[in-house]
Amino acid sequence: MRKLPLYRYSYFFIGATLALLSILPIFMGSYYTHIFILILLYAYLGSSWNILGGYGGQFSFGHATFLGLGAYTSTILFMRFGISPWIGMLLGGVLSMIVGIFIGFICFRYGLKGPFFALATLAFAEMFRVTALNVPFTGKAMGILITIKGTSFPAFQFQEKIYYYYIILAFNVFIVFVTHLIEKSKLGDYLEAIKEDEDAAEALGIDTLKYKVMAISISSFLTALGGTFYAQYLFYIDPDICFGVHNSIEIFIRPILGGLGTVYGPFLGSLILGPLSEVTRGLLGGYSGMHLMLFGAVLVVVVIFLPKGVVGFFEKKIGYSR
Amino acid sequence: MLCNALVSGLLMGGVYASVAIGLTLIFGVMNIINFAHGSFMMLGMYVAYWLFIWPGLPPYISLFASFLVLFFLGAIIHKFIIRHSSDGQNVLLITLGIMLFLDNLAAFLWTPDYRSIEIPAFSKSFFIGYLAINIPRLIAFIFAVLLTVGLYIFLKTTITGKSIRAISDSIEGAQSVGINIRRISLISFAIGAGCVGAAGAVVTPFHSISPSVGLVFVIIAFVVVVLGGMGNFWGTFFGGLIVGLGESLGAMYLPGSLQQFFIYFIFILILLFRPQGILGGKRA
Repeated sequence: MRKLPLYRYSYFFIGATLALLSILPIFMGSYYTHIFILILLYAYLGSSWNILGGYGGQFSFGHATFLGLGAYTSTILFMRFGISPWIGMLLGGVLSMIVGIFIGFICFRYGLKGPFFALATLAFAEMFRVTALNVPFTGKAMGILITIKGTSFPAFQFQEKIYYYYIILAFNVFIVFVTHLIEKSKLGDYLEAIKEDEDAAEALGIDTLKYKVMAISISSFLTALGGTFYAQYLFYIDPDICFGVHNSIEIFIRPILGGLGTVYGPFLGSLILGPLSEVTRGLLGGYSGMHLMLFGAVLVVVVIFLPKGVVGFFEKKIGYSR
Repeated sequence: MLCNALVSGLLMGGVYASVAIGLTLIFGVMNIINFAHGSFMMLGMYVAYWLFIWPGLPPYISLFASFLVLFFLGAIIHKFIIRHSSDGQNVLLITLGIMLFLDNLAAFLWTPDYRSIEIPAFSKSFFIGYLAINIPRLIAFIFAVLLTVGLYIFLKTTITGKSIRAISDSIEGAQSVGINIRRISLISFAIGAGCVGAAGAVVTPFHSISPSVGLVFVIIAFVVVVLGGMGNFWGTFFGGLIVGLGESLGAMYLPGSLQQFFIYFIFILILLFRPQGILGGKRA
C-alpha cells in the first residue's frame, strides 16, 4: 500500500494541517478567506478528477460537464421549485453520475484511450455548454442568478464567508477519506494496473471496462457536489462559467502539479497554484486571464520535468520509492 | 437561399481544411495532437494584422511573413519543448499548456479586443445569377486548394517530403535507412505551424482577430482531421468541406448556436465508430 513519503509522521502531519486549516479563518480577513475557499474548492474538484485521471490514468478534459451538471441541477431545482440546494446537490450528483457512466461506458467500450478519450470528454463538455446556451430552462446565455435570502442553512446561503470555508473544508476531509478508501481497496489496485498497462491488466482477467466506468462514476458524482458549492458560493451561473473549457483545465491542472494518483497531490497543487495565480493577477493586473498564462507555463514545465508532480519530487528527494 | 448556404459553407470548408492540414501533417508524422495549433493560427492572424497597420501590406502578401514567423516559432517550440516528451497524453498536456500561454500572452500584449482588417477592394462579393460569392472567402478557398496540392507535391517529390512520409509509415523503418527522425520531426512540426500561420493571414479579411480565436478553430480542426482520417491529406481536405457545409446548413435550419452541438456530436460519433475517418487514415 502506498503511504505518505514521511509515513511515520503522516498522521501527525495530517492532524496538524487539519488543525491549522480549522483555526486559520479566525486570523484571516474576508479576502484571504475567499482565496482559501477557492484553494479548497479546486483541491476538492481536483481530488474528484484524480480518482479517474490520477489513479485510473484516464485524462478527462471535460470535467466541467460534471461541475456544470451539479451547479445547474441544484440551482434550477432551488429557483424553480424551491427545493433545498442540499437535496439538489445529491440529485445533481446522481444525474452527473448517470451522465458520467454513459460517457465512460461508450468511450471505454469503443476503446478510446489517452488523448482521444481526452478530446471526446472535451467535446461532451462543449455539447453541454452549447445546450445550456440554447435551452430556455437554463436561462440561456443570461444564466441564472440565485436569489439571496440571507444566512440560511437550508438554502445553502451564508452572508459570512467563514461558513463556506468550513463546508468546503469538510468536503475536503470527506474526499481525502474516500480517496484513501479507494487506494486501499481492490478498485485502487485494479485502477493502478490499468494505468500501468491496460493490455496486461486485461490479460490478467481484470474487467477493465467495469473498473474504469466505476472510477468515472465516483469521480463524476463527487465533482457535481463541488459544482453545487460553486453555484451557491458565486450566487450566479451561466453556461461559460460552468461548462467552459477553462473550468476543465482548472480542475485537472492541480492534481497534475501536485502529483497524479496521490491522496494529497491535488490539495498540494491547489495550495501552490492558488496564491501564485493571485499574485500574478495582482502584479500584471488589468487582464483577468493572466493566471491562465501562468497555468500554461506550469503545465509545460511540470509535464516535462516533474512527471510525478510535487509529491513525486519530494518522495525522490528523501529517497522514498514506491 | 439554399444555394447561397451551400456555397458559403463550401468556401468556409476550404478555410477549415487549410487550418487542419498542418494538424494532420503533425499528427501523421509524430502522432501528436497539437492543441496549440489554433494559437499558431491566431499568431499568424496578428502578424498579418500588424503588417497591415504598418507598413500597410495586404494579408495576401503578409501570409509569407506569417508562414516564416510561425515556421520558426514551431521549430523553436519543437526543439525546446515537444521533443522532450513522447507519450501522447503528455504531449497533449504540453501543447495545451503552450496554447494557454500563447493565447493569454496575446491577450496581455494586445488586449482581448476584437480587431479586423478592412480592405474595400477585397470585401466585395460578385454574383452569378442569385449566387453571392464573397471574394476574400473565394481566395481563401483557392489558397486551401493550393496549399493541399502544394503539400502533396512536396511530400511526393522532395527528399524531405519522402522522409516525412517514411516516418509516418514506420519510424523503425525510416530510422534503419538513415533518416534523421529528430530533424524531420522538427521540420514537419515547423511546416505544420507555418501553414496554419499562413492560413490565419488569409482569413483576416473576413474573420475578426482576437486572442481567443484559436480555440474556436482548433476544435473545428480536430473534427476535420478526425473526420478525414488522421494523417490523410485528401481526407482532411474533404473533411473540411463537409464540416463547412454541415455548419452552414445547420446554421440555416437550427436555432441559435445549436449547429455547434452537431459538430461535436459528429466528432464523438466518428471517434467512437470510425476512428480511421471516412476515407481511411493512418490508423486504418
